Parts: sequence; C-alpha cells; structure tokens
Amino acid sequence: MPVLQNIVVAIRSDGDIVSARQQGRSLAAAIGFTATDATLIATAISELARNILMYAGQGEVMMHRAEISHRKGIVIGARDSGPGIRSIEDVLRDGYSTSGGLGLGLPGVKRLMDEFAIESQLGQGTMVTVKKWLK
Amino acid sequence: MEVPILKQGRFLIATIQAALSDADLLQLRRALIDKVIHFRSNGVIIDVTALDVMDSFATRTLRDITNMIRLRGADTVIVGIQPEVAFAMVQLGLTMEGVATALDLEEGLEHLQQRAAGKI
Repeated sequence: MPVLQNIVVAIRSDGDIVSARQQGRSLAAAIGFTATDATLIATAISELARNILMYAGQGEVMMHRAEISHRKGIVIGARDSGPGIRSIEDVLRDGYSTSGGLGLGLPGVKRLMDEFAIESQLGQGTMVTVKKWLK
Repeated sequence: MEVPILKQGRFLIATIQAALSDADLLQLRRALIDKVIHFRSNGVIIDVTALDVMDSFATRTLRDITNMIRLRGADTVIVGIQPEVAFAMVQLGLTMEGVATALDLEEGLEHLQQRAAGKI
C-alpha cells in the first residue's frame, strides 16, 4: 500500500478537533471523494478526535491516502495512550457510553466509514483505524 | 470565533460564520441565553449554513440551547443544515428531536412569526 501523503494532527484541545477534520476533508477532496463522502469522513474524524480528548486527554489522528490494486481511499488512525477500553464489545453497541456523552461515538463512526478496526489494551491506550474507499 | 447575534424585534438571529470549536459552541450557548433574557426575546434563529460538520457535541449543544431557551418561554429554530451534513448526522445516529428546523433564514422567521401569532 503506497503512502502518498501522511498527515498527523496532535489532539490536545478542542481546537485540534476542528483542525483534524478540516485537514481530513481537504485530503478526502484531493483523493477524489465527493462532497458528501468528504463530509462523512470529516464527521468521523471529529468523533474519533473527540474520543481521544474525552477519554485519554491527548493523542493523535493520522491520515493518508490508500491504494490497493485498483481501489483508492483514505485511511484514518486515531491513537492515544489513555486508559484503554475494558470491553470493546460494549463500546461498539449503540447507546453505550462511559462518560455521559451521547454514546453514539464508535458505532456511528463505523456506519460512516467502510472499514473499522479497534485495538485497545488496558493502561496502554487505544488505536482505532477506519477506511473509506472511492466508489 | 465568536458568533454574531443580531436583534430583530422580539427575535434574535445567530449566524454561524465558520467552523466552531467546542468552546465556541459553549460561548454561543451562554451568549444566546444572556441575550434572550436581556432582550426578553420570544424567538431565536440559529443559522448553521456555514457549518460543514455537525458532530455529536454540536448536535447536543444546539439541542441544549433550544431546551434552555424553551424554559424561558421562547422558541428556537435551527436553519440551514446542509444536505450532506444532514446525511452524516443520520448515519452517525444523531437526531434533533424536539428541535424545530427550517430550510433557511426566511422560513425560520416565518416559523417564529407564526408561533408568535399563536398559529402553530
């Protein structure tokens, strides 16, 4: 998978959430996504970055162009060294939340994107990777 | 970025002009509540045409603003949610239940006028 452009946005404050989603939208547009898909991608980035800030305090959002054979798309990674997630099954259930939020974060992000993967270790942190492919 | 709030008779119009951070949204909430009390307004329009993303925090804050203003006896209408933003909100599972929405400023004003006249 050749990486053509790599963007890393450090997430430390709510302003960084705005910055991450704006850079994600620009990258999505550059890759060739429609305005609607770019909005879905920017919204997913916003939720992932917000989770970092809310649960871990800080972390980073990474994004790059992806190309596998004839498919082109975008890969977004959200990584933190926070407390980790005790039960991944729980956080992927609609309506679940540990911080009194809306509890729609991760299942919603999964619906916005084409691929979704999560790795988490208690006390080590969490890494969420999502992908969307050009139709 | 501060959101300008215009007073038009008994109504207030807040026009969001650029992407808002969480802090900006909370500032808008505070400013609108203050102004509704100060001017004894009975209707508020929040124009979100310029918002290119409405995530869970923005949606919740707008709903909170509407509920707080309702407790003051005034109505709020959210206008200008862009089609792709609406699509993303629905995919994400966000709803605006109990919040009045209208296509644009003109329709939002009409809604408030009808409410004020007791027609709806």
